[in-house]
Amino acid sequence: MGHSAPIIASNEGVADALGKALGAAVLDTVEAFGEISITVDRKKLADVMEKLRSDHDYQQLVEIAGVDYPDRPERFEVCYHLLSLTKNHRIRIKVTTDEDTPVPTVTHIWEVAGWLEREVFDMYGVLFDGNKDLRRILTDYGFQGHPFRKDFPLTGYQELRYSEEAKRVVYEPVKLAQDFRSFDFMSPWEGADYILPGDEKVEGEDGEDAK
Amino acid sequence: MSDYLDEVQGLTDVADPTVGDTEIENFTINFGPQHPAAHGVLRMVMELDGEIVERVDPHVGLLHRGTEKLIEHKTYLQALPYFDRLDYCSPLAQEYSYVLAIEKLLDLEVPERGQYLRVLFAELTRICNHMLNIGAHVMDVGAMTPNLWVFEVREQCLEFFERASGARMHSAWFRPGGVHQDVPLKLLTDIADWLDEFPKLFNDAMSLVVGNRIFKQRNVDIATVSKDDAVRWGFSGPVLRGSGVAWDLRKSQPYDVYDRMDFEVPVGTKGDCYDRFMVRVEEVHQSARIMRQCLNDMPDGPVASTDRKVVPPKRGEMKQSMEALIHHFKLYTEGFHVPAGEVYVATESPKGEFGVYLVSDGSNKPYRCKIRPTAFSHLQAMDFMTKGHMLPDATAILGAIDIVFGECDR
Repeated sequence: MGHSAPIIASNEGVADALGKALGAAVLDTVEAFGEISITVDRKKLADVMEKLRSDHDYQQLVEIAGVDYPDRPERFEVCYHLLSLTKNHRIRIKVTTDEDTPVPTVTHIWEVAGWLEREVFDMYGVLFDGNKDLRRILTDYGFQGHPFRKDFPLTGYQELRYSEEAKRVVYEPVKLAQDFRSFDFMSPWEGADYILPGDEKVEGEDGEDAK
Repeated sequence: MSDYLDEVQGLTDVADPTVGDTEIENFTINFGPQHPAAHGVLRMVMELDGEIVERVDPHVGLLHRGTEKLIEHKTYLQALPYFDRLDYCSPLAQEYSYVLAIEKLLDLEVPERGQYLRVLFAELTRICNHMLNIGAHVMDVGAMTPNLWVFEVREQCLEFFERASGARMHSAWFRPGGVHQDVPLKLLTDIADWLDEFPKLFNDAMSLVVGNRIFKQRNVDIATVSKDDAVRWGFSGPVLRGSGVAWDLRKSQPYDVYDRMDFEVPVGTKGDCYDRFMVRVEEVHQSARIMRQCLNDMPDGPVASTDRKVVPPKRGEMKQSMEALIHHFKLYTEGFHVPAGEVYVATESPKGEFGVYLVSDGSNKPYRCKIRPTAFSHLQAMDFMTKGHMLPDATAILGAIDIVFGECDR
């Protein structure tokens, strides 16, 4: 019987039909865990979304999620979750981008995209071309950096407190009484990348051998 | 100034009455960040023309705690209590999406009793949430008594949560694979008695407002949203249904045992604040109906999966079995590993579609956990809903979209 997560209409044939309709814009289609993810060409995103909404009945843009994969050449993935109220179906459209390349906006198709794009911009620094109101949304006024990037530390850089002397809230660099504890649970057999103290030479010698 | 004095002394030009008029500028005010009707910490910059709202710019994020980032640094089980703290008015409904997302990735089967208990308590959460929202909404538009009465009902709900999980609000009771522990039989019989009892008090409280002239004047035809607008602005839950779209994830995309439940989906006709309010009132009765069915049909048996690689054993078992002890130790230190992949799971929380987009890289911590809050899209439409209405209507509109900032800001 398996899991009891929400059941949507069957995926049967949907991926093929969408692949045909969207044509060259589709870069990759993955169907896993009963969900369809389609990676599309960033430049054709607006056309794809327009088509999905008007021709394929995906009326609602539910969510835009950013994901950061620092190892990839285009490190950010922007995932658009679409919902069809009439077909009772969900799909996920993805585009990839990096820090400097803007993603075309979809605010002219769905008004709701305005804040969702602002959030991805705020958290990851992904730029959206055509969004007229691309301000920060969740972080503090005057905040610097993009906190959900994998290279942004969990503790952040600034902390604030009310100062009795200054009679206002002051910002200071983060001071931690105790180091943040992060345990590595990968077993040595599963490819954890341990650095043994004093063992750094091994890699250096290998490098020389290769030369 | 001299113009003004001229005007006061009646020295204005009869041929051109605008001579001497002082220039009128729009007035910009801050609504919040601390305002009793802002339901938390919401700052809205409002541009007013007299008492008419011309523009609203909601500033959110004052309660942003970086929940999604914190979750990336916790094991799957440690991340669960964060969901209670998102929408602190309906804690179990938030956990629901998260545990279902994990179960979907693991393809984990939940025993029937666990499923029934989850549906039962999800519906109790819905009643609990609606009590708070209905009470707050009527108080925002000026009625005091019903709020005090429905808070009594809410208090009784919280007592049931406490008896099930030990905590009144932040239960952390839904777990991947089922629920944390079974409930005593007395609790179920008490809930059954309460289900017959509370509608009396609730209906009394509602009889004070639903037909009340002042309440209607404050809500009917305020912030009317058409079906198309509601869909394009990403509305969900009672706000979408208030606009007449019969869309309920419990019906259309059933999870757990919702497909066996017999209930109606109330919809509004005009899409105004009054409709949204009345949809919630009717949902309370429908939730009570679902809960009665759960109590009638609930089978005996385990409440959580017996897969010991995911669900930890009970303490009694640990005293007897070495293997149980090892499982317990492993699950509470390392936690369980979830196969790599990504899922988006959305459930019908009392406020709308609450979704979790979970990306796993195969380790014991989520690689990315994006929470889809219900309030984000509703609040974004605040500008378009409030434009042209009076300043005091803003509180009615806010009350009717049911926002909680723990969830909106995350």
